[in-house]
Amino acid sequence: MREFKVVGKNVVKVDALPLALGKPLFAEDIEIKDMLHAKILHSPYAHARIKDIDTSEAEALPGVHAVLCYKNVPRVIHTTAGQSWPEPSPYDMVMFDNKVRYVGDRVAAVAAETEEIAEKALSLIKVEYEPLPAVFDPERAMDEGAPVIHDEPDCKYLIPVSYNPKRNQCAHIELEAGNFEQGIKEADFVIEHKFKVHHQQHCSIEPHSCICYFDHLGRLVIRSSMQVPFHVRRIVAQCLQVPERMIRVIKPRIGGGFGGKQEMVIEDVCAMLAMRTKRPVKLVYTREEEFTSARVRHPMVMWAKTGVKKNGTITAIMLKVLSNAGAYGTHAMTVMNNTCAKALPLFRCENIKWVADAVYTNLLPGGAFRGYGVTHAAFVMGVMMDEMAEAIGMDPVNFWKMNTIKEGETHPIFRILSETGRGVEMAVGSCALPECIDRGAETFGWKDKRERYKNQPQGPVRYGVGMSCMVQGGTVPMLDMASASAKINDDGSFNLMIGAADLGTGADTVLAQIFAETLDIPIEDVIVYSGDTDLTPFDKGAYASATTYVAGMAVLKTATKIKEQILEVAADILEEPKQDLVLRNKGVVSGKTGKRVEFGEIAKRALHRKDQFQIAATDSAVSKLSPQSFAAHFAEVAVDTETGQVKVLSYVAASDCGTAVNPKLLEGQVEGAVLMGMSYALTEEFIFDENGKVLNPSFSGYKIFSAVDIPKITTILIPSYEPTGPYGAKTAGEVNVNGPLPAISNAIYNAVGVRMYESPFTPEKVLRAIKMKR
Amino acid sequence: MKKEIEFTINGKKKRISVNTNDLLLEVIRDELGLYGPKYGCGTGECGACTVLMDGKPVLSCLTLAARADKKNIVTIEGIGTEESPHPLQEAFVEEGAIQCGYCTPGMILSAKALLDENPNPSEEEIKTAIAGNLCRCTGYVKVIQAIQRAAKKIGGEVR
Repeated sequence: MREFKVVGKNVVKVDALPLALGKPLFAEDIEIKDMLHAKILHSPYAHARIKDIDTSEAEALPGVHAVLCYKNVPRVIHTTAGQSWPEPSPYDMVMFDNKVRYVGDRVAAVAAETEEIAEKALSLIKVEYEPLPAVFDPERAMDEGAPVIHDEPDCKYLIPVSYNPKRNQCAHIELEAGNFEQGIKEADFVIEHKFKVHHQQHCSIEPHSCICYFDHLGRLVIRSSMQVPFHVRRIVAQCLQVPERMIRVIKPRIGGGFGGKQEMVIEDVCAMLAMRTKRPVKLVYTREEEFTSARVRHPMVMWAKTGVKKNGTITAIMLKVLSNAGAYGTHAMTVMNNTCAKALPLFRCENIKWVADAVYTNLLPGGAFRGYGVTHAAFVMGVMMDEMAEAIGMDPVNFWKMNTIKEGETHPIFRILSETGRGVEMAVGSCALPECIDRGAETFGWKDKRERYKNQPQGPVRYGVGMSCMVQGGTVPMLDMASASAKINDDGSFNLMIGAADLGTGADTVLAQIFAETLDIPIEDVIVYSGDTDLTPFDKGAYASATTYVAGMAVLKTATKIKEQILEVAADILEEPKQDLVLRNKGVVSGKTGKRVEFGEIAKRALHRKDQFQIAATDSAVSKLSPQSFAAHFAEVAVDTETGQVKVLSYVAASDCGTAVNPKLLEGQVEGAVLMGMSYALTEEFIFDENGKVLNPSFSGYKIFSAVDIPKITTILIPSYEPTGPYGAKTAGEVNVNGPLPAISNAIYNAVGVRMYESPFTPEKVLRAIKMKR
Repeated sequence: MKKEIEFTINGKKKRISVNTNDLLLEVIRDELGLYGPKYGCGTGECGACTVLMDGKPVLSCLTLAARADKKNIVTIEGIGTEESPHPLQEAFVEEGAIQCGYCTPGMILSAKALLDENPNPSEEEIKTAIAGNLCRCTGYVKVIQAIQRAAKKIGGEVR
């Protein structure tokens, strides 16, 4: 393994101290003169036509400056999904429609002098609804006679997709590699189950927040909490029907995203209100709105059927997927595709069949969410693997090792399907999964605990252990693009401008480390600025576990160009041939004579004295493939058989991370992902009434883990070297959200002998399963 | 209805007029221009708005500004500077306990209230002290380590 100077070191996060000091760095942390406050009116109905809206009283209220509804905004069909153009999500939304499709859908918006006036104005808007029958169950959505949610004539995809909105079908794809039926015939054991995976809200502690104002040229500036500044600029321009040059999007520090901000959730409304009023406008979602009117992880119903031989060979895998897209299809097809494209290549199996539908229902729209479809499939396959291992009497550790893809191997799925549709031929460039399994099992005490819990004394509390392995392919291959620009300053420091969107992940720091490594300079000499559509070059944004890998490569290429320019100038100063010179600790040294010149001197010469030019470069990178990160997770649980309560006692996550550019930051990503997965598996749950209304839109009703809920979590980073990544780095972190569902489900089975096929594993469900078994 | 209140904030005396129904969070952010305390839920369930009132953590999104009358308020801006950060601020930076940083001000103030009373807390005591401060990024592991490190710094065990 190569030794690096800055890469691989626990450099302090570049923005950590200002954040610790409470500096005003977030979207809402500025006060602009004459700013108006915006509020949105949401639908109380799951499905209704708006026969009429009367906004006259609201408009007449003193202090109200604009009211928007379907009557006075352009009808531009679009998707809010923050994806590269043409988006692989259906165009099925308009800013305001004369139809509402879920409880919480947009009806109207107001800008007023104060929040109170805006709220008062909302109460004065008179809406005449014609309620329509609604459908909530995805298994009923495509029935003959089911209510048609998208009956508007203009909904469409920009790319070829099997799409039938008249049947509420948002996307359909199926594929087969090898011969599934033949594989089943060859099996000694065939296992088949139905699974359900539930809703999840991102719960970024900072809600969606946006401030729109005008610059000195009268251009619209959007300062917003989102992960995709360039996509947001494009989509807002589209919705407002203004040229993109009239819009600047600034991504300040972001208070968490997790996919929930890979989306234009509120920016179009805030921008339109600013345009109408010619005043700065602020729009901040309440926590309730986050739960009722933002985005969620797509719930899915899944059917799995697998065949296995006594010798441990998996002969066939079938996965049928029914994804509940909710009211709009944003990210529906791509999340669905990843239940295959980024999840199933983990398994060595010749015969794979996958049939997938995403359907519209009158519930909250799904969206991007950490894990992005892989989470669902990892649960299903993690449990199926456990059952197969049990059926043939093999320890899961050995069964997993035997049946998972190895470094250098390819997989039939790669060439058939990727996230966006067409497949990309590739092989696994780096894989440390076997080491993850071994080291994880050892640290966890797998053998010892399995033995110990076989003979545990009788009692109401039963203990058990479970494991699972997972993969997450990074980037959307042949599509994801990032770029960087950099320039030298008089003192030999550098400005590094990146389109990438650090949303708390540490991307600014990691990318600065890659830059510093390439130029052999200390991290302090890199001044990072990111995510501003005026000042930084294009980046597709923060998603698909891509930033370190793709933006990292763009930064490396940019720094390499700068290195060449520096060497040119140094050669002239030192009067030595360029090929004899090397960069060393913020200077250039001749390998032959030992003569040295500092970067500061090189910069001053280039900027002020001779053959003047700006030492600067820009470059970009596109992902040619989808580098995989792998992980093995182990969970130890206690199950109270009298209450159904499941408590995780200890958890080990061993994660293959390529070169960890900043191990401490990566550990933090792993820990955060594990805890988010755990909280999802055990306590997080949306509760809807029979009319599709969310009954628990608050942190007291929707329980995310707090510090007192956490078990002992051990993170083990297992390095590998991704040959296509910057300094061997690849996708890392996200994969770890996929472990808790299967590992905990398997541990519950080990403890009490019941299989949990439906998440979350709440006391009610676990108790019911235990009682049914008796 | 307006009410005159007088209080100390981050060591400075202030006399301002507030509406009796103004919330402390709004007054601190919008009137005093201190943006450290954050809005996360508005219902006292996430802790992002935590400030110290006479040394005790309070949820400023649920507290009427009028209650600050004659009180000593401390926000994150009042405990350290770039040149001289509070040991908790240093420890959060050093331990990688800050990801997005949105919950950090509230988290640090809850921890400060704990360490001011109990300079040598157990892990369980730390978890209980920050139980009302939700963090969605870190998994709390490094936050707890940072508070332990800060305790050692204050006790003179680490620099």
